[in-house]
Amino acid sequence: MNPLAVATALPPTITRSGPPPEPRPPEPRRLKAKKDRGDQLFRGVSYLAGCSVLAIMAAVGLFLSIEAFQALKSQGFSFLTTSEWQPDRGEFGISSVIIGTGLIALVAVAVAMPISMGTALFITDIAPSRLRSTLVALVDLMAAVPSVIYGLWGLFFFQGGVIGLSRWLSAWFGWIPFFDVTGADPSDPLSNATVFTASAFVAGIVVALMVMPIQCSVMREVFSQVPIGEREGAYALGASRWGVIRIVSLPFARGGIIGGTMLGLGRALGETIAVLLIISPRFDINFHILEAGGNSVSSLIALRYAEASGFGLSALFAAGLALFAMTLVVNFVASWFVARSRSGEASEA
Amino acid sequence: MTTTVILERSEEPETSAAPAPTTVLPDIVATAVPPNRLRTLSHLSSADLMNMGGAAVSAVSLTLLLFGRLAPLSGPLGFVVVAWLGFLAIYGLLVSMDDSRPVVVDKVMSAVLVSAWAVAMIALTSVIVFTLWKGKEALLTFNLYTQDMSNAGPADPITVGGIGHAIVGTLIIIGIAIVFTVPLGLACAVFLNEMHNRFARFVRTVVDAMTALPSILAGLFIFATWILILGFQRSGLAAAIAVSIMMLPIIIRSADVVLRLVPGNLREASAAVGAPEWRTVRNVVLPTARSGLATAVILGVARGIGETAPVLLTSGVTSTLNTNPSTNPMVSLPLGTFEFVKSPQPALIARGFATAAVLMVLVLVLFAIARVLGGRQAGQIGKRQAKRIRARSARDVERFEAIHQEASS
Repeated sequence: MNPLAVATALPPTITRSGPPPEPRPPEPRRLKAKKDRGDQLFRGVSYLAGCSVLAIMAAVGLFLSIEAFQALKSQGFSFLTTSEWQPDRGEFGISSVIIGTGLIALVAVAVAMPISMGTALFITDIAPSRLRSTLVALVDLMAAVPSVIYGLWGLFFFQGGVIGLSRWLSAWFGWIPFFDVTGADPSDPLSNATVFTASAFVAGIVVALMVMPIQCSVMREVFSQVPIGEREGAYALGASRWGVIRIVSLPFARGGIIGGTMLGLGRALGETIAVLLIISPRFDINFHILEAGGNSVSSLIALRYAEASGFGLSALFAAGLALFAMTLVVNFVASWFVARSRSGEASEA
Repeated sequence: MTTTVILERSEEPETSAAPAPTTVLPDIVATAVPPNRLRTLSHLSSADLMNMGGAAVSAVSLTLLLFGRLAPLSGPLGFVVVAWLGFLAIYGLLVSMDDSRPVVVDKVMSAVLVSAWAVAMIALTSVIVFTLWKGKEALLTFNLYTQDMSNAGPADPITVGGIGHAIVGTLIIIGIAIVFTVPLGLACAVFLNEMHNRFARFVRTVVDAMTALPSILAGLFIFATWILILGFQRSGLAAAIAVSIMMLPIIIRSADVVLRLVPGNLREASAAVGAPEWRTVRNVVLPTARSGLATAVILGVARGIGETAPVLLTSGVTSTLNTNPSTNPMVSLPLGTFEFVKSPQPALIARGFATAAVLMVLVLVLFAIARVLGGRQAGQIGKRQAKRIRARSARDVERFEAIHQEASS
């Protein structure tokens, strides 16, 4: 039957009596909240607290810049390219320490990232749910262990065990420039092991333990936000547990994984005491991560601040400013990634 | 498909019914649906356990054979790595004998994920056990806790001198830092939660960035302002301020997370009975989140206690007891550890480990307290709290009754 015919055949159901009511333009009701004195005070205090945090952060940047100004002005652009650190002779720059910092951080992230991702997935997807909070607490405990204790552990315990690995890596992968060690003879098994100690590699692995908890907690949070419907859908279609992780969890959490990894990188860049304990300082650009010696901005500051003169201090402040800028950039990029992943944009792809 | 179903149904009454067709209801009681049960995804069958055990035994045996006999391999670390790879391969092989490829991949990858967690936990355990083990000898001497290092030379045995000055220093520094950070941190967390505007979101981003502020920069900042520009001495107070900068974002972040968990309807109920904002926060939001807030503070304290670099820059090292935070250097436990182990003297290194062990125990205790407090959900009430609340409401009832009696008489 023609539907139109039905529609026209229906009798009118509503009949209006009288003129239609005057249409009134919709008008939002004015909400007037009178804040009492207590509330005004409360707002004031809480805004003050919020602003004070901003002020502290701004002051850190500001005072570092002020103190660093003298040194930066004298060096100009060569501050970024010089590798020496002789402020009293007017020759100093951060190229070697920045590269050292970066190498340690990269080793740390390369070691920590798979471990933290595996741990996060284990906690969210594999472990029985009643154990979950205990497992989370254990990972958090890793974050609470003071860095000086990690440094002690790395210096007196871990370094001895990892030398064998360094030797093996340099013997078999020495053709990769990163793993080359000058002064090591792979054909001589009794050669001196000291060329492998105090290296960026050892320091990086110890720093990895420190950045792993933060990476893990960011990733865990993102993994636990994977839409339950999508996961159950995948299970319903017959996916195995790993299948669900691979086709649902990992694509959804991509932003969180990248962001968490970068947050870890930001932490690794600034680590001081553990690096200072383990690494033996040197001031030339050294890409050989297995080789003894290296440096980082923070350990440079901790090492030199005591004997530095006025100008030398200014130079250290300049190095600190560079570190500050670096960690800030890494962090903001990381939180951008994490925030984007949380908004669920990534799951649409 | 659908059409056939409909046809069958429409035919049913015609065939089964006598003169007056009646609706036949299915017997619901007889075919009661069993209650829905969650499918357990992490089930380990005995076959799985056998596979794992077999793979582990054969991997270890294979590695034992390889190491030193068949291949030029050595070292404990290498042994573990080779044994682990062997385990994965053999386990995969065993599973593939009676399961399909996706199952094999699933089992092997699960084993990989579990081992990632195991690596982290082995590292954590070895850090804690190693510190306590190396420090045990000095930890058991009584003088470690009561004396300072002023009378002990570098070559003296561990029975002379102690770390009393570092323990006192840590307590003073952290005490001052708590006074600074707890009010400010909680106020800022409340600000982030109660003000829903762009500025609050911006502050939250900055706090996030501040959690990643390298600790040496916090020290350097206080060194630049407090000591170089304002001209104060290096002291425990300066160290406390620097440590506060490190603790503040931790407290704010964890308190913010806890406050966000306070149910919105509690806030709305409070607003609906006419409470102003500050009363809602004071009487509803903060008490509801109390245990979580305590956890946040303790986590911040645990972090602050372990900070070395800021104290190194702002307070400096001393070997004598100093109880005055405003003048003269004051040493803390982590800084003491750092200074002790820098020396080549075995007795000093032993003291360093003892200091680290004391610090570790302190952190573990704080963490355990935080865990006990934080184990409770927001709004869940303990026994003593419930008793107190009941007593208060009984008092209120009495008060109201008294008022009513007065009004009626």
